[in-house]
Amino acid sequence: MFDRDRWGEIFEAIGKNKLRTFLSGFTVALGILIFTILLGLGNGLLNSFLSSFVDDAQNVIFIRGGNTSKAYKGFQENRKIQFKNEDFEFIKENYIGKVEFATPRIYRNGLAKYKKESGSYNVRAVHPDHQYLEKTIMMKGRYLNEADLEERTKNIVIGRLVEKDLFKNENALGKMLEMDGIAYKIVGVFQDSGGDNEERIIYLSYKTAQLLYGNNDHINQINLTYNMVMSTEQAIAFANQIEEDFKKKFKVAPDDQSAIRVRSFAEDIKETMVILGGIYVIIFVVGIGTLISGVIGIGNIMTFSVKERTKELGIRKALGASPRSIIAMVLQESVLITSVAGYLGLILGIFALKMIGNNLEEFFILNPRVETGVIMIATMVLIFFGLLAGYIPARRAAKIKPIIALRDE
Amino acid sequence: MIEIKDLHKSYQMGSNSLHVLKGINFSVKEGELVAIMGSSGSGKSTLLNILGMLDEADGGSYFLDNVPIKGLNETKAAQYRNKFLGFVFQSFNLINYKTALENVALPLYYQRKNRKERTEKAMNYLGKVGLTNWATHLPSELSGGQKQRVAIARALAADPKVLLADEPTGALDSTTSYEVMDIIQGINDEGKTILVVTHEQDIANMCKRIVHLKDGVIVEDKEVEQVRASQYV
Repeated sequence: MFDRDRWGEIFEAIGKNKLRTFLSGFTVALGILIFTILLGLGNGLLNSFLSSFVDDAQNVIFIRGGNTSKAYKGFQENRKIQFKNEDFEFIKENYIGKVEFATPRIYRNGLAKYKKESGSYNVRAVHPDHQYLEKTIMMKGRYLNEADLEERTKNIVIGRLVEKDLFKNENALGKMLEMDGIAYKIVGVFQDSGGDNEERIIYLSYKTAQLLYGNNDHINQINLTYNMVMSTEQAIAFANQIEEDFKKKFKVAPDDQSAIRVRSFAEDIKETMVILGGIYVIIFVVGIGTLISGVIGIGNIMTFSVKERTKELGIRKALGASPRSIIAMVLQESVLITSVAGYLGLILGIFALKMIGNNLEEFFILNPRVETGVIMIATMVLIFFGLLAGYIPARRAAKIKPIIALRDE
Repeated sequence: MIEIKDLHKSYQMGSNSLHVLKGINFSVKEGELVAIMGSSGSGKSTLLNILGMLDEADGGSYFLDNVPIKGLNETKAAQYRNKFLGFVFQSFNLINYKTALENVALPLYYQRKNRKERTEKAMNYLGKVGLTNWATHLPSELSGGQKQRVAIARALAADPKVLLADEPTGALDSTTSYEVMDIIQGINDEGKTILVVTHEQDIANMCKRIVHLKDGVIVEDKEVEQVRASQYV
């Protein structure tokens, strides 16, 4: 394959036929460039959709109480529905096998003080299961546990930014934090990928909170995750069943929309999956379309190029070039051009995607990127079809009688 | 050098068959300078193509330097062309993106000679046709006569047994034609066998022998007194 003289011939032909070289190179480079950019933008769109799900578990159902909007079974309308511990226990006992994790939530605001630093933070009183629901990652120490719950300890877990705000460069683990006049012990520091607000939260056990704040058994909200073996349809049905059961439990009209609010992401996920599928199809169609048009472009250029060279090839044959050497010359030249141009297009495309970066975030395009493997395959496909497209006219040119080629003015 | 016996060639034109060569018997000895004459359609170009292995006969035999030329595949034909024959065409057929020197060196490339040898030999032959100073020029920068001289140098570069010239002066004015014929005569003087296809009587008269073709048969084959082209230059 490697013959210095032949490559010399090829480089000469390339160097001295700049238009032809440019045209075929341009087609390939453009094809790969467009392919890269479109694929990258498509991936950006995917990333954008996927990123909205990384924060929390995807199989979460929230249950919240509101005020009734209808009078029902002798109750007035506008009655406040207050969840209690027994409602949380009801969930745990009644939906065994369907519920993965469940936690009550009590929301508070707390003014936290350490030495001279202080700040107001969201406080969530929860069950230890909450860690899995929220995908909380422990940086140091531990999360709340059953002992904290049952013994109603004053142990808390704080977010990374709470530590940063109040403890500066100190290690908060094991230190005492004063909140609303009560001293708590920090047993863990966590991080969360959901953004800064998610890292400015303080967790304590819900039973401790109930004891310290009002000595009742009230809870604001119940979060649970359903078993992932359920299909999306089953999950939606499960959420509806919970809503029905709770309405019965609290004697709420079945068509009352505001008293019991059950929110599940199952429907969102279903919709998103449909959209994702659509995006995949679009990316696929666009990618294949770009490749096909690229291949056609290369085919045209190759046919044109060989046609243009018919006479030259005839001369070469008359001077003793074998058909094989003619085909080899034409193909080696086209492979060289398509490879170099394809590589250029690839580099340009990746560079363009880098430039775009996250500038298009408002258009739902996040971190547009392409896998090198995919682009390599695309380039190979272009080169292969470029070869094929070049081979047919090259073979015809090699077969043509030199005398006919020479008359081709 | 060339031995042809009962050569036949017909072309299929749709359902009709056109019988172009109807039994040509013809031989050329080494060192001859032969003009093949005839009006268009007489079969002279077909004969030259068969002699040049650019086309194949239907019947008859053809020996070139005692080698039978029959049933050659394309690769073999290419080898033989490269080894035995040099071509000069009416329309020069130089490769337009190559310089005069590179054009002359091309047959040597197909003989797998190394670059140094190619350049040396090509320069030598360019010198023979008086174009040493034009070696680095592209064909587009040369006059018609100069182009044909480059083509002749190229045809000679592979040191072929026979030089085949198809209307070598067809695209040139008479002064330039004589210059080209002068070169051809010079080469012949050195012993090269040359066949020239032409329809111009004055060009034919500058050869040593004239073969007249009409309707696919040789009607006349005579030795002539050679007119030297140098007197017109």
